[in-house]
Amino acid sequence: MSRGPRTSPPGSGVALAFGLSALSSIGLTVVYAFGGQPQLEGLLLGVALGGLAVGLVRWAQDLMPGGGYVEQRDTEMGGTLQSDAAVRLFERGEEEVQRRSFLGKALGAALGALGLAALFPIRSLGSAPGTSLVVTPWADGIRAVTIDGEPVRPEELAIGGVLTVFPDGHPDAADAQTLLIHLSPGTYRPVTSDREGWAPEDFVAFSKVCTHAGCPVGLYQPADHRLFCPCHQSIFDVLEAAAPIAGPATRPLPQLPLRIDTEGYIAAGGDYSEPIGPGYWSRPRA
Amino acid sequence: MLRQTAGWFDTRLGTSAFVQKALTKVFPDHWSFMIGEIALYSFIVLLLTGTFLTFFFDASTSHSVYRGAYEPLNGVEVSDAYRSVLELSFDVRAGLVMRQIHHWAALVFIGSIVVHLCRVFFTGAFRRPREINWIIGVLLLILAIFNGFSGYSLPDDLLSGTGLRIAYSIALSVPLVGTWMAFLLFGGEFPADEIIGRLFVVHIMIVPALIIGLLTVHLAVVWRQKHTQFREPGRTEGNVVGSRLWPSYAAKSVGLFFAVSAVLCVMGGLAQINPVWLYGPFEPQQVTSPAQPDWYLGWVEGALRLVPAFDVRLFGYEIPNPFFPAVLLPGVTFTLLLAWPFLEQHFAHDKEAHHLLDRPRDHPVRTALGATTLTFYTVMFVAASNDLIAKWLGASIFGITLVFRILILIMPPLVGWGTYRLMKALTASGAGHLSEMPLAALTNGASADGHGSRVHEGKAHTGDGHAGDGPAGNGLGAPAEDAHAPRG
Repeated sequence: MSRGPRTSPPGSGVALAFGLSALSSIGLTVVYAFGGQPQLEGLLLGVALGGLAVGLVRWAQDLMPGGGYVEQRDTEMGGTLQSDAAVRLFERGEEEVQRRSFLGKALGAALGALGLAALFPIRSLGSAPGTSLVVTPWADGIRAVTIDGEPVRPEELAIGGVLTVFPDGHPDAADAQTLLIHLSPGTYRPVTSDREGWAPEDFVAFSKVCTHAGCPVGLYQPADHRLFCPCHQSIFDVLEAAAPIAGPATRPLPQLPLRIDTEGYIAAGGDYSEPIGPGYWSRPRA
Repeated sequence: MLRQTAGWFDTRLGTSAFVQKALTKVFPDHWSFMIGEIALYSFIVLLLTGTFLTFFFDASTSHSVYRGAYEPLNGVEVSDAYRSVLELSFDVRAGLVMRQIHHWAALVFIGSIVVHLCRVFFTGAFRRPREINWIIGVLLLILAIFNGFSGYSLPDDLLSGTGLRIAYSIALSVPLVGTWMAFLLFGGEFPADEIIGRLFVVHIMIVPALIIGLLTVHLAVVWRQKHTQFREPGRTEGNVVGSRLWPSYAAKSVGLFFAVSAVLCVMGGLAQINPVWLYGPFEPQQVTSPAQPDWYLGWVEGALRLVPAFDVRLFGYEIPNPFFPAVLLPGVTFTLLLAWPFLEQHFAHDKEAHHLLDRPRDHPVRTALGATTLTFYTVMFVAASNDLIAKWLGASIFGITLVFRILILIMPPLVGWGTYRLMKALTASGAGHLSEMPLAALTNGASADGHGSRVHEGKAHTGDGHAGDGPAGNGLGAPAEDAHAPRG
């Protein structure tokens, strides 16, 4: 590669780059010794390594023999004759083995059994699903509490308000996280007759776990009573029993029956209307 | 001294013959052959920075109170994993720069693998005898994506916790075995405590070991088969023209290693990435908004958002919606990628060995298919930000999603058709480079089309002693020797 008439001896740029690299490494040591600073560390590391890069590449391009070397290659590796010979050698050994075919079968059986036995420890990796995907800690009479364990009275949540609640005693039950919503008076519409009593004092509750991919359905717009999942933009209509109206979700958010207990706190009237969260192969029908 | 050392080894291992061959080994020079090296060098940076990080990371979900240099979270109860990431970012000297270099290197690693894959695809470098290395390369891509995901899930922050939550739901969606699979992977119903510790072992040992193994084979196969080269005077199917390993190619390649690590270090120092202290610790009832994965999973995320709301219910069983975009689509994607060399061999009737590369125009159908495929995944990738786009444009999320659903249907064929025309016009115009092609060639493309390709078909078998490219005539057929006028 021609670079026009040189004003400096060849290699001076290379030396400069290496020098800059060395200075930068020294600078890095100083920065580190004085307690470190991320931006400077990255920059100095970059100059130290970049100097080496520029120096080496320029050295190679300007001062080393370049391209134009020719090497021959085999267009095809090996050949039919060699591979035939290899196959014959293998087959000769195979015949030896086949003469003792019973031993071969016994060996196969032993190896197979060992392989199967080796699979069993996989079972130790986790608990059996059992009913854990179907039931939650919610049950009739269990109070709805905040993440801090405080029970909730109806008057504590204004109309249009939303609160994330858990079953009393299970503040870390991820599958029981529930959105408690205070509707405008008289707007609750039970989708089935058995849900008529599920909204005492205009309070409704739905599972917070999205039925699409399990994200917490975190956003509520009281104006059009819609719940919005920030992960894949599924939208649920609270007045239609949290049925999906947009996005990839196919099922409503399960509803939690509510009642007001004898001490005036909001409590569950039972478990959810159906299994919460995303679908799976053997999910029971509601 | 060197002579003595060489002699010591040679008399014990007989190494000198190999060393002699190795030092004079010829590597063709072309900028596009360095993309794979960028991936390799990013991986080395990942190993170096990652090793440093393992000394400080604590893969546990036990909770303790954070007391450290980051004020806003001081006194907050967080998991040990999250706490250790805060500490290595704020309290360990040079910890933050290492963490950020590591994350940037991961993004560049997978990015350069994808660009390298495109280079190999569009130049036909996957053809016989390089099918093996194509397959290894695709496996490396899968492993790299998996390790990227397992890596950014480790800090146990709110954003990555949301990603794990979605991954759990995707595992759950697999027919028949999904429930057990999710429970065994995560150790129980989400959020099970085991997952961070398991991902750590997978991320720092199992997958890196597999990558190192496959990478070694990948490079050994390149070494054994010798690198491909573009057609230029003096280059034939039977030779390699370029620089020798020692000293010029070695110097350039080591220089490239330093260049890659220099860029990654500057990025790691100056460009903030994955600030987990801003996302906060993972809490199952909280979620970040917006929530997007790292770029290489953007296509899956986009597919999850674009797919219409449907699921399959059969005989009382259910195949839930996420299965289709997040299990089936990636499955089909990687199966087709793995099978591509054999599919092309079958449909183009070309089972011959090729060491000279194609230019994209030489195989308009392949190039158009590649462009179609890239467009399909690009639309999904962009759709992964449909909420952000809706916000920027002040438009409704319904409208934006609808637009993307239309785009994913019309853009890929449109781009494919345009690419096909462009490639045909390029061949017909005889221009050495796209920038040299007169614009008129594109508009005259229709008439030039048939004529141009017919001329080439006639000459396809008169190459440099490399007959039997198979019948030409379909777009994937043999390239025309005369289409490659010497350039430059």
